[in-house]
Amino acid sequence: MALNIQDVTKFYGSNKVLDQVNLTMQKGEFIALLGPSGSGKTTLLRIIAGLQFADGGLLSFDGEDITGTEARLRRFGMVFQSYALFEHMTVAENVAFGLKMRPRATRPARAEIGSRVQALLEMGEIGQLADRYPSQLSGGQRQRVALARALAIEPRLLLLDEPFSALDTKVRKGLRGALRDLQKRVGIGAILVTHDQEEAFEIADRIAIMADGRIEQFDKPENILKAPATPFVAEFLEGLGAWQNAGAGI
Amino acid sequence: MTHVLTTGLVPSGPTRRGARRVLPGFGLTLGISLLFVALIILLPLSGLAFQMAQLGFPDYLNIILSERTLAAFSVTISAAALATVFNATFGLLLAWVLVRYEFPGKRLLDALVDLPFALPTAVAGIALVALYDKSGWMGMLLEGMGLKVAYTWWGIALAMIFTSVPFGVRTVQPVMESLSPDMEEAARTLGARDLQIFRHVGFPQLWPSFITGASLAFARSLGEFGAVIFIAGNMPFETEIASLLIMIRLEEYDYPAASAIAGTILGLALVILILANIAQGRAARHLNGGK
Repeated sequence: MALNIQDVTKFYGSNKVLDQVNLTMQKGEFIALLGPSGSGKTTLLRIIAGLQFADGGLLSFDGEDITGTEARLRRFGMVFQSYALFEHMTVAENVAFGLKMRPRATRPARAEIGSRVQALLEMGEIGQLADRYPSQLSGGQRQRVALARALAIEPRLLLLDEPFSALDTKVRKGLRGALRDLQKRVGIGAILVTHDQEEAFEIADRIAIMADGRIEQFDKPENILKAPATPFVAEFLEGLGAWQNAGAGI
Repeated sequence: MTHVLTTGLVPSGPTRRGARRVLPGFGLTLGISLLFVALIILLPLSGLAFQMAQLGFPDYLNIILSERTLAAFSVTISAAALATVFNATFGLLLAWVLVRYEFPGKRLLDALVDLPFALPTAVAGIALVALYDKSGWMGMLLEGMGLKVAYTWWGIALAMIFTSVPFGVRTVQPVMESLSPDMEEAARTLGARDLQIFRHVGFPQLWPSFITGASLAFARSLGEFGAVIFIAGNMPFETEIASLLIMIRLEEYDYPAASAIAGTILGLALVILILANIAQGRAARHLNGGK
């Protein structure tokens, strides 16, 4: 197994936002954390990223305990909802950032960084945008840059915080497929946070449905549809009928 | 001929000049603004220019290149430069503390920053003298260490620092407040250390406001009079600032000389502000959505 989350609990003041969450992720798997807003899915993702720390429970990756490891040492690539591109840097500089920040001993040579950045941009089909600034890009292009930047550090895990929510439906569908392809090609595990049922069911190998800081059900999409574990899950997935009938099978 | 029905409220067809404006009142507001700019800023400056114009260019050079004037410029500019470097750095730090941390007394500290603006500068100068004179307790302390601040160049710089503190803080603070934490977090997940994040992600976004703060502090320090003269010692060639020399020339009824020195200081401040404006515009080009 790649990532193991054990009894993770988190409080905001006296408010329990994560309640003994358990989740085990296989290598190369694509997992979606699906739930309404306030269900704790983003908090869980941020704890996995190391941007917040749990008040209780354990986190391990490939057998290594990372519960208290700071974000910069985890080498988990993250795509933010806002993309959080560095506005004062070109696309190429954005993507190169993670490599340039490495300590000298492990930092690739300048030319090597350049060619890797170019390869990543080509892979994300944004090679022609290398010298543009983020303010000159469309939403979909910004998302691709954010993804390329996260992949540049050769992450051990890819974390995606609602990466499609700011895009219109058409762009979203196209990028979903592109993301899934890219993730398979690179062969790393990914965790996607979303409140969009259709998105989760189309893209993920397994889905964790969250409500009130707990995982209600964690299973393959077809199993969740066949046998919702709790009334909440059944209710939450109402309206997914269209997706099912369309036969967008997994 | 087609008959067009107009209501009188909506302009029919294109307006008299250029593009149609959506916001009303442009002519009125601009007119009043320009009137006040002319009365309050341009009129006194034109008085200065008029005085200067009575000097021939050789006379102007004579005044400006006289040893005493050059010494005053050198004292003023070097002290202002030190005050600017100090306040830009210290202002950044203070803004950082005020924006990033919560602690008891934070609001008081925040209010304290504006005090140098509120305090009459002469009061500040007298207070500084009382403190740094050899009978003042900072002065005693420093004298024990063999340092002398009052009536030296260092005193001038100190007074300039005091009066221009708010510029360094107040220009950077709002920008720092508006920074989204996302970029920093993104940098962190990409493996950057705190110092790298500040240098490569945070500071570049603060840079335009940092330049503005520094240039305002410098311009203010160049012209500072009240706070400085009390602590400067005012020895010609050593601790005499340009503003004081202007005052001396005025008292000698040598208006052209006073205006020559004043005009030169003004020109320098103007050049600094314009350069800062250009630099700021360049730096901000890609920030704020490229606007």
